[in-house]
Amino acid sequence: MLKLGVPSKGRLMDKTFDWFGSRGVGLRRTGTEREYAGAVDGVEGVSLVLLSAGEIPRELAAGRIHLGVTGTDLVHEKIPVWERQVAELVPLGFGKADLIIAVPKCWIDVETLDDLDAAAARFRIEHGFRLRIATKYHRLVHAHLRDNGVADYQLVDSQGATEGTVANLTAEAVADITSTGETLRANHLKLLGEEPILRSQATLFGSRKANWDADSQAVLAKLSAKMDLALSDAMRTN
Amino acid sequence: MPTPVRQEAQRLFALFKDHGAQAVEAPVLLPAETLLDLYGEDLRARAYVTRDPILGEMMLRPDFTVPIVQMHMAEGAEPARYTYEGDVFRKQEAGSDRPREYAQVGIEIFDRERPVQAEAEVFALVKDGLGDLHCNPITGDIGILRAAITGLETTDRRKAALLRHVWRPKRFRALLDRYRGALPVPTHRSFLAGMDPAHVYAAIEKAGPAIGRRSIAEVAERVGALREDAYTAPIPAEQAKVLDDILGLKAMATDALTNLREFAVNMPQIEGALDQFTTRLDALDAAGVSPDALPFEASYGRSAMEYYDGFVFGFYVEGHTDLPPVATGGRYDALTRVLGQGREIPAVGAVIRPGVVIDAKGDA
Repeated sequence: MLKLGVPSKGRLMDKTFDWFGSRGVGLRRTGTEREYAGAVDGVEGVSLVLLSAGEIPRELAAGRIHLGVTGTDLVHEKIPVWERQVAELVPLGFGKADLIIAVPKCWIDVETLDDLDAAAARFRIEHGFRLRIATKYHRLVHAHLRDNGVADYQLVDSQGATEGTVANLTAEAVADITSTGETLRANHLKLLGEEPILRSQATLFGSRKANWDADSQAVLAKLSAKMDLALSDAMRTN
Repeated sequence: MPTPVRQEAQRLFALFKDHGAQAVEAPVLLPAETLLDLYGEDLRARAYVTRDPILGEMMLRPDFTVPIVQMHMAEGAEPARYTYEGDVFRKQEAGSDRPREYAQVGIEIFDRERPVQAEAEVFALVKDGLGDLHCNPITGDIGILRAAITGLETTDRRKAALLRHVWRPKRFRALLDRYRGALPVPTHRSFLAGMDPAHVYAAIEKAGPAIGRRSIAEVAERVGALREDAYTAPIPAEQAKVLDDILGLKAMATDALTNLREFAVNMPQIEGALDQFTTRLDALDAAGVSPDALPFEASYGRSAMEYYDGFVFGFYVEGHTDLPPVATGGRYDALTRVLGQGREIPAVGAVIRPGVVIDAKGDA
């Protein structure tokens, strides 16, 4: 048996079902509307596991599912040294979003991390505390700021409505995932004019920690053949 | 039956006490905010943070220096010598088998009257404690770097930016390259620098409503700073070269001093720091450490702990690049200034890791 974890609701689930469906593998929910059970048509031996997208990285890293669909942002943020635990098999082409840093539009002096660093140094002297950046992507944002030599900031946790934290005076800047930047602009924020911290999209991942016995390897080979993808090779090389 | 590491820790602790240091203790759970304010957000990646429902974020002791300094500033008499022994906790990179919890034995000296002698004393004491262990020291002096930066012919703002990033070599290099005119000015900056000062507030208001704690006055002030910077002459090439020469200097301490005196011809502002360096070498010599055979690297200590701001040193086990330094130490006056809220005292200290001593001996 091969366990495939997919997002349990919303657009991400619908698009995932479409993506598999267009390749001859039918994923569907079974039972009542509220029941998280699923079935797979077209390939024998695949068991569908419906999970919150945020939990799929953890399940992959623990090896409790063989394959899983989730955003690259979540895998990179939640799994330390993710390359060792999971393999990036196929980018699915939807759920595209960038992890970016945004500051108030009225900060005409801040366009780069270099500027942000200088503003943070001055802000600390002026206000007596380190400039606050609201985010839920602590690990990725910290690594990015460290690699770029930004100091005198602090990360404050924000699990939702992050764009509102500046106006609410709980942060001076934000680091968040965005696809169009519309919500940021509506909240009077602008993106730094640099490469995003991460470009993310929905991706099919394979777990390196799962029990890949002869049976599950055979199912993976069948799935690959059905969808015309080289999943087994990708598992070895990616 | 204590483990070999614990026995070694006790031996070093006894040695420091015999030297006249007062034994002190420090809590394992420390308020996270003080440490994060000192070391910055990067500390989160290296220290364990936990949450107390009442007290907020707490940190498992990443080193002893901060609590010892706080204790001394609150109640200590001068001059003072303290020693301590206990475990510290550090996160390690994924895949690293370095210990997350390990013993440290330390010595800290607070002495206003004889700061340079205190440095030699700490160094000699650590050397004595390491005994016949095959290890080599490296020394450095952040004070010379600071003097060289302060001595540059440029604005106070540029000097402050360079001093702030002494600890982040990559950032420091980028700043220095910009200030010496080796990098083009980014377009958005030259645009702001060219803006009529009378139009700055209007430009800010047009960009967006004033939201958040950073006021539009602060934005305008930085635009002014960018304008000032745009009209600042590049750091003269010969001065930038002196700074580069200093940063790259590696030699035995006596030879390093000769080199530094030559550099000082083009940058006399470092003479004071060199006089201090000379006095230290004399004090080390008097303590039985020959400066002729003492390795010195001017950049040493730049990527380590941010609080050392003068003499720095480390001891490395010979033939064991896999092991962390067996001992590290240095001067940290600025730390006492930050923690002392207006007061300060010259302070120098060092720690030995008994676990590394045992590892090194086990493989010998």
